[in-house]
Amino acid sequence: MTRYIVRRILWGVLLLVLVSALTFVLFRILPTADPARLRAGHNASPKVIAQIRVDLGLNKPLITQFWLYMKGLFLHFDLGYSYYSGASVRSLIFDRLPATLSLTLGAAFLWMAIGLPIGIVSALRRRSRMDRASMGTALVFVSMPEYWLGLIVLYLFAADIGQVKVFPGAGSYAGLTSDPGKWFSSLILPWLVLAAGFAAIYARVMRGSLIETMGQDYIRTARAKGLPERQVVLRHGVRAAITPILTIFALDVGVLLGGAVLVETVFDIPGIGRLNYDAITHADFPIIQGTVLIAALFIIVANILVDIAYAYLDPRVRFS
Amino acid sequence: MSAAGDPLLRVEDLRVSFSTEDGLVQAVDGISYELGRGGTLGIVGESGSGKTVAALSVLGLTRTQGARVSGRIGFEGRDLLALSDEELRRVRGEEIAMVFQDPLSSLHPLFRVGAQIVEAIRAHRSVAKVKARARAIELFELVGIPDPARRVDAYPHELSGGMRQRAMIAMALANEPKLLIADEPTTALDVTVQAQILELLERLQRELSMAVVLVTHDLGVVAEMADHIAVMYAGRIVEVASAERIFTAPEHPYTWGLLQSIPTLDGPREELLEPIAGNPPSPLAPPSGCRFHPRCPYAQPEHARTDPILQPAPGHPDHRVACLLAPEVRRRLWSELREGRPPEQAAAAAGLPAPLLPSAAEAGV
Repeated sequence: MTRYIVRRILWGVLLLVLVSALTFVLFRILPTADPARLRAGHNASPKVIAQIRVDLGLNKPLITQFWLYMKGLFLHFDLGYSYYSGASVRSLIFDRLPATLSLTLGAAFLWMAIGLPIGIVSALRRRSRMDRASMGTALVFVSMPEYWLGLIVLYLFAADIGQVKVFPGAGSYAGLTSDPGKWFSSLILPWLVLAAGFAAIYARVMRGSLIETMGQDYIRTARAKGLPERQVVLRHGVRAAITPILTIFALDVGVLLGGAVLVETVFDIPGIGRLNYDAITHADFPIIQGTVLIAALFIIVANILVDIAYAYLDPRVRFS
Repeated sequence: MSAAGDPLLRVEDLRVSFSTEDGLVQAVDGISYELGRGGTLGIVGESGSGKTVAALSVLGLTRTQGARVSGRIGFEGRDLLALSDEELRRVRGEEIAMVFQDPLSSLHPLFRVGAQIVEAIRAHRSVAKVKARARAIELFELVGIPDPARRVDAYPHELSGGMRQRAMIAMALANEPKLLIADEPTTALDVTVQAQILELLERLQRELSMAVVLVTHDLGVVAEMADHIAVMYAGRIVEVASAERIFTAPEHPYTWGLLQSIPTLDGPREELLEPIAGNPPSPLAPPSGCRFHPRCPYAQPEHARTDPILQPAPGHPDHRVACLLAPEVRRRLWSELREGRPPEQAAAAAGLPAPLLPSAAEAGV
């Protein structure tokens, strides 16, 4: 098992190098704004621009640039400096991480707490009115783009522009350590908006998975030995049906930790996604490179965690 | 066909139907049987004959599938069909236990087999986990699983097919039920293991004096174990008698077909096995009249219109058969078949007019 994990981690590192190389090539080769020109500001002389190009190392061959980047990354975990503000990308990302973590984990808790029970009840009361109603609602929420839903709830409930002024609106985020009360209240709407679509998906997946599980022979066996129905459903049914849920859960959380771009942008939450969004509008390549790398890292880690978790959840899974 | 005293299980006019998207499926269509304490009843039929549904219904396991069940299932004087879900739950696994066809899919893949037995015990008795585990080990020993103290901690996929079925049987016996329903307990197993499992069931039945309902498609399986045999076809019992009568003097053409499709060790090597022509009818639209008539080599035109009822064979009140052929004709046919003559010759010898072969061909061979 240790060998397997070590091998997975090494593959993960290789994958990260490949992802870096790809973003490197994509952003340098595709026609984007010239970072040196952007940095130099309006009406800069060609000489100044050339000087900036040398300062940023943009005059070196692409392969050398990549080599220097990788060297800094592996030796010092140095992600470079923003073309735009000159700030360290590493510290920018670390500064933004708590907001993204808060948003993602809170929303993840919500969508599991809402989606799974609805999925379970729907599966057990299949084709009932309750099942139809909740699956219909789920379809609506799955189909709603989250930036749209975000704008709607802001319009309805935000303290500044809302029709009913209940929750703090966009741009009210405060750090957990600086003001816990404000942190919580400012995240209520973003959590709900981010969780809505996921809760809908999870309810549907849970329902499908549990319906399939409840038709299995071992559920019949559990009933035949006289277990109470509650135990049949929860211990035998849900226990087996939840495995696919955990897989997508880990991957979804991994993706969101790389930045919930839309929700962070709509609610103006200073997270990784917002950082990424701003960097793209400024062609701030080192930040884009850094956030993409962090996002890839989270997804790769989530994948490895899923595989390890499987071994504990399902005794039939063996590492090889 | 009752054993001494009141029967343990008396099923009366059991009907089970499911509504499906294609229409109403009458899986079991009015069957009745009895089983005495410690007795063994074999229920034999092809797949789709309703035998499994009939067995599951005794434990109320078709309730959860949205089946409509009517009739009466008397167990020690109580009607199981009239029990509430909770009352029925207390019967399941405690007084009536069940063993299924495929032990791999019937055991929960994520739990250790020992834990699954512990659960079966604790569903009915409040005993400590440690005590229940000790009982599980004892049960493993009883069903002949070597190294039981270690094997109780195995997961189902770590055991061989035979060991898994033994574990299933151990689980069924956990609370010493009065009745064990075994639904095709050997079908999913290797041939060599099949005999071992049957021997085991026989030994356990003797030692624990429980009644057994053995559901199978294979007359060979029930041959040694069952004292009575009910033959099911298209949701109905077409013949029921002592095992001895079924094997020596069967009365129903379908039973003849089943018997002739069993290879015998002492028969000549080149002896042809006679398969029963055609397929079992669709439960959505069972044939009119005698449900076996489209496949029966001896069917007469009126058999497509008249529905036979179970009636005692002359001189044998315990031997009942649902066949429209006259008893003398049936006896003649069987004696011809036993001589090794094919059905057409037997029919001619018994003086039957030309059979309804076209419709037998329609049944789709």
